[in-house]
Amino acid sequence: MRNILTIADRELAVYFATPVATVFIVIFLILQGTLTFNLGNFFERDQADLSPFFTFIPWVFLLLIPAITMRLWAEERRQGTIELLLTLPITQWQAVLGKYLAAWLFCGIALALTFPFILTVNYLGRPDNGVIASGYVGSLLIAGAFLSVGAAMSAATRNQVIAFVLSVAICFLFTVASYSLVADFLSRNTPILAEVARRIAVLDRFQDFTRGLVSARDIIYFATFIGFWLFVNTVLVEQRKAD
Amino acid sequence: MGERGVTAEQPQTLIEIDSLTKRFGAFIAVDNVSFTVAKGEVLGFLGPNGAGKSTTMRMLAGFMIPTAGTARICGHDVQTDSVAARRELGFLPEGAPTYPEMAVTGFLRFCAKIRGYKGSELNDRVAHALSLTGLQGVRLQPVETLSKGFKRRVGLAQALLHDPPVLVLDEPTDGLDPNQKHEVRALIQQMAPNKANVISTHILEEVDAVCTRAIIIANGRIVADATPAELERRHPSGKLDDVFRTLTIQNKDAA
Repeated sequence: MRNILTIADRELAVYFATPVATVFIVIFLILQGTLTFNLGNFFERDQADLSPFFTFIPWVFLLLIPAITMRLWAEERRQGTIELLLTLPITQWQAVLGKYLAAWLFCGIALALTFPFILTVNYLGRPDNGVIASGYVGSLLIAGAFLSVGAAMSAATRNQVIAFVLSVAICFLFTVASYSLVADFLSRNTPILAEVARRIAVLDRFQDFTRGLVSARDIIYFATFIGFWLFVNTVLVEQRKAD
Repeated sequence: MGERGVTAEQPQTLIEIDSLTKRFGAFIAVDNVSFTVAKGEVLGFLGPNGAGKSTTMRMLAGFMIPTAGTARICGHDVQTDSVAARRELGFLPEGAPTYPEMAVTGFLRFCAKIRGYKGSELNDRVAHALSLTGLQGVRLQPVETLSKGFKRRVGLAQALLHDPPVLVLDEPTDGLDPNQKHEVRALIQQMAPNKANVISTHILEEVDAVCTRAIIIANGRIVADATPAELERRHPSGKLDDVFRTLTIQNKDAA
């Protein structure tokens, strides 16, 4: 555990030592702001909730999170530091978890900085803050899910652009899997796949949270999803570290 | 570094390399290599580029998975007991990679924390490593702003930090100017008696300067294993250069 935290601590410091943190947080806040207030008709809706905010979160994450994760392992390989890191007395699992935790914590910081939205909506009306809180938990979980995919893709290739494109593509698939367009198409052709697609879709689970529904099922879903991709990540690091 | 242990001690075998083989597809990079290194020995690991020096060292450090065979550090198998093996190892990877955006002390503190040090012992370890490698003057600078020689020393400081019984350095003097080379060699000689050392190089004068034993490897196979003096006697000219050339070129023709 100590090793995981030491690695996470180092990683997190690097985000803030380079312009990555500033650029990411600024762009994230601008995007969320414009989308919520303009496209989401935050004011015109005349309702004291953050649902326009949460509608856009998965799509903004879909674009920005792979940009954080693409360097996670690819950069270590480019610098050759992977040889240093993995010859220290740590297990590969600890390195994978440490890097992942740092990225997740960083997303948590970015999310926490959206607090003016909560202040705004509380100033303008009387929102159900419980629903807002569960929406934030859902946002953190969807960030965690996308991060786990992105981290695994970064370990799969030494090319950061490929890592970025692959993670966007995979996250997109998991996001749209429950869309009626996809569901209809699949149930007409392969009904079994339609059932599978409905169950693995990320967006449905996230929407439960934004409606204030925190269920053990959804939490188990996200834990399994993240666990699976972290496992893939560890296997890929083990197999491809010296390539 | 003070004297440690009993003086009349038998030399301990700290590194055991046991029929290591590494294949990349059809290419055999390391072919059934076995040797041992005892405490106090400085083994020069020589060979042309691409002979399999770095691959052997990477397998020893647990970074590459051998196709066959294994290695042990202080009795710990590098594959089945790899964390314990790496705890006893100070390793300088080829090119001395370090995190460029970190300050020298920040980087060394990170390595020390991973090695399990905390509090004042951690500070002492880092301070000692800085003074051994002469890095005090640049300790707050980000590694990326340092010259090549200083970067190499940061890598060395990381390898020496925990005073490991086994030291494996992949081309520690590559790309350094003559003064820096001299400093690194002096440092190795100073540390050597308490450790089992493996140093890869293709600078042959270095072997005479610091090594007690030399292994020459060509096309993945050991072609010579002797003291530098013995090796020199193998060629009428008495020069290590000529021995090296004869051994590594002959082998290429035979293969």
